[in-house]
Amino acid sequence: MTATVKGETRSAPAPDGPAAASRWSPRAGLLLLLRGRTAIVLVLLIVVFHTLSPHYLSDSNLLLMTKHVSINAILAIGVTFVILTGGIDLSVGSIAGLAGMICGGLLYEGLRLPGDTVYFSAVMVILIGILAGTGVGALNGLLITRLRVAPFIATLGMLYVARGFASLRSDGGTFPDLAGRPARGNTGFSIIGVNTWLGLPVAVWIMVVVAAAAILVTTRTPFGRRVYAVGGNERAAVLAGIRTGRIKTATYMISGACAALAGLLLTSELGAAYPDTATTYELNAIAAAVLGGTSLFGGRGTIAGTVMGAFVIGFLSDGLVLVGVSAFWQLVVKGSVIVLAVVMEQAQQRVQARMAAH
Amino acid sequence: MTAPASRPLLVAENVSKSYGGVRALREVTFTAYHGEVNVLVGENGAGKSTLMKILAGAESPTAGRILLDGAEVTFRSPRDAMSHGIGIIHQELSLFPDLSIAENIFAGREPRGALGMVDFAAEKARTAAVLARLGRRLDPGTPVGLLPIGQQQLVEIARVLAEDVRVLIMDEPTSALSNQEVDTLFEVMDDLRRDGVTVIYISHRLEEFRRIGDHVTVLRDGTLVAHAPMTETDTGWIVRQMVGRGQEGLFARDSAATGEVLMSVTGLTAPGPAGAVLDSVSLEVRRGEVVGVYGLMGAGRTELMECLMGARQATEGEIRVRGRVCAEATVPARLAAGLALVPEDRQREGLVQTMSVQNNVLLSSLTALARRWLLSPRRERAGAGEQVADLAIKTPGLRAEVTALSGGNQQKVVLARALLTEPTVLLLDEPTRGVDVGAKAEIARVIGDLAGRGLGVLFASSELAEVMAMADRILVMAKGRITGEFQAGQVSEKELVAASASDKAFGGRP
Repeated sequence: MTATVKGETRSAPAPDGPAAASRWSPRAGLLLLLRGRTAIVLVLLIVVFHTLSPHYLSDSNLLLMTKHVSINAILAIGVTFVILTGGIDLSVGSIAGLAGMICGGLLYEGLRLPGDTVYFSAVMVILIGILAGTGVGALNGLLITRLRVAPFIATLGMLYVARGFASLRSDGGTFPDLAGRPARGNTGFSIIGVNTWLGLPVAVWIMVVVAAAAILVTTRTPFGRRVYAVGGNERAAVLAGIRTGRIKTATYMISGACAALAGLLLTSELGAAYPDTATTYELNAIAAAVLGGTSLFGGRGTIAGTVMGAFVIGFLSDGLVLVGVSAFWQLVVKGSVIVLAVVMEQAQQRVQARMAAH
Repeated sequence: MTAPASRPLLVAENVSKSYGGVRALREVTFTAYHGEVNVLVGENGAGKSTLMKILAGAESPTAGRILLDGAEVTFRSPRDAMSHGIGIIHQELSLFPDLSIAENIFAGREPRGALGMVDFAAEKARTAAVLARLGRRLDPGTPVGLLPIGQQQLVEIARVLAEDVRVLIMDEPTSALSNQEVDTLFEVMDDLRRDGVTVIYISHRLEEFRRIGDHVTVLRDGTLVAHAPMTETDTGWIVRQMVGRGQEGLFARDSAATGEVLMSVTGLTAPGPAGAVLDSVSLEVRRGEVVGVYGLMGAGRTELMECLMGARQATEGEIRVRGRVCAEATVPARLAAGLALVPEDRQREGLVQTMSVQNNVLLSSLTALARRWLLSPRRERAGAGEQVADLAIKTPGLRAEVTALSGGNQQKVVLARALLTEPTVLLLDEPTRGVDVGAKAEIARVIGDLAGRGLGVLFASSELAEVMAMADRILVMAKGRITGEFQAGQVSEKELVAASASDKAFGGRP
């Protein structure tokens, strides 16, 4: 045997996309259906509920539904970053509630300093709320990366702690009036949760901006690419020179910021800050991410998928309410849809693997 | 030591095994003699493990038959082989660390008492009996995780001995053991031999198995190349059989003229769970030079690579790249300093399986590729495409999932990632592990090319032929120390093997 290596054909990088998909086959068709499952389900939902209730697609109902969807979508987008790294964030509902209470307090009674009470403008209040959420997320991240607490446990703990502080802020009470006073220069908080712009709720526009930014970050920035790498194979990411601790902490901060923003939209919509606002919303957010194809093992998933998942959950829940399905059956349906989504994702993985093997 | 008339007990006759198109074994006839220690040696990929899996019932041969005491037998499962009295101890410990010794020994076959509940008393009594046979006075209730590694190995043996075993197969049982633990293990093997147990012993460590073995069988590239009573062999003969003649040409290395020192390491020391994993390691890599680090499993090769790359913390020592001290021991800092690592286990440490070929290649160079925080798809494609073409990586496309590639091409993807960082010194840990012979030769050629372009290359390997053929200079490691330094072409296999079994740190330079 000698050193000569068989004349290696220099494989010019082929055009993008798996070669197998270019030829149509029943399996390729099935794969297409499985890939587009969330969108297909959404269309089916709309058709079914429209037939069952003519009111489903009325302007007022669409406005309401999209507002609900936006709030959950923003929560879910944040959570998606965390899940992409292979983590989980159970604290987002509580962070949303806490942010709502912090801002509600600042608007209603201001910041009480010795001898004086300071009022911030609505914009400042919103920024403070988001900053607070980011801070809680940073705390989650440090617990997980520095003190090596499992993400499930760290954020479960934070779920209780943040909710506790939300109640402590008002001693369990409600901040009933968030309109602000022109004299204090803090009016306008209602704009984000109540007003519409170009026929759509402002909350929807905010969701669109957040989603667009998140899509840009996940697909076009080094940070986004590293998020996927950490979730795909953390050890390999470390050896490739990625500071995995920082990346993970950053995702919890993003999640916290998104949660706070969602909490503020909800608080603004309600017109009052309650300590138990957004309780159990973390589950809807995680469900939306999973429905949209995000793998809980990390490394796989898209922001667009998550937004689609939020639409499915929102349109399904509100539709069931509208056609008068009992609250108990609503739970059964929602749960089944979530599990079914994962079953279909597994099927997609299998079909893909089989096609790659050809 | 050898009984006057050796009696064959377990024979694999003309056994072949193919996986897909790859022939792992070719008409091998292997004989294990009754009541003796039968040593099986060969380099990685020689087919030892495949042969043992067939004898232990984990695989069935494509052709050929197995004879036990002269009668043909067919094993449908490891359990089936066990019922014929054939037990195997794998290289990797497969114990439950939180369960007791007794629970480990009887895991899956617990003695049952009343109502089908586990009979703990019987379990403990039988465990004590087996441990006594091994000459150990251990409490059967001790959690296995608390035992030192050598005693865990003995628990593995006890697990097999708890059944009525006639043939005990041991796959590299000493790789993680200390000298003293090896001595104990050999005493146990000696006792077993006296009790009439037939031992099949797989090992890389020549000096060790020569002490205990009665017969030696050498496999190379799936065929049996030699078989002899141990007394008729010497170390040199065994090495020659393992490596084969004429193999030197497999990867021809034109030793390039070497230039200035690119990386110098002095006194690198790192702690481990049992003593230092690196003990005052010093070395140099020059421009255009390929330096091979040879050593057995556990010698500290991987730890050296990890320490150099900042993935493991050294307690002492200094690393200089192009004369500049690398103080910060993190992977990003070492990448910036001009080092890049291709890790040993590409599935666990190299590839991000969920990503495309392109994204895997770009993973270490994202900051350099980005303009104002944003990646440009065009620049990404160009950067990855160039590497893919350069290394002739065979892929259906840049966007193809990296798992769709063959082992050799996956390895090239990890190599491409390292090269894209434009390293000064490239660190390769077992670069040809788990790739086929063709891909091996190609990777060797690529390494030669890189050195020719002025890189320094430091690669670790446990294969003699590979280090001798690919390196300009060879460092031998054992127990975390450099125990020898040789110019390639002026060193014999025997010298390398002797250095790899040595305990003494290598003093001056030759």
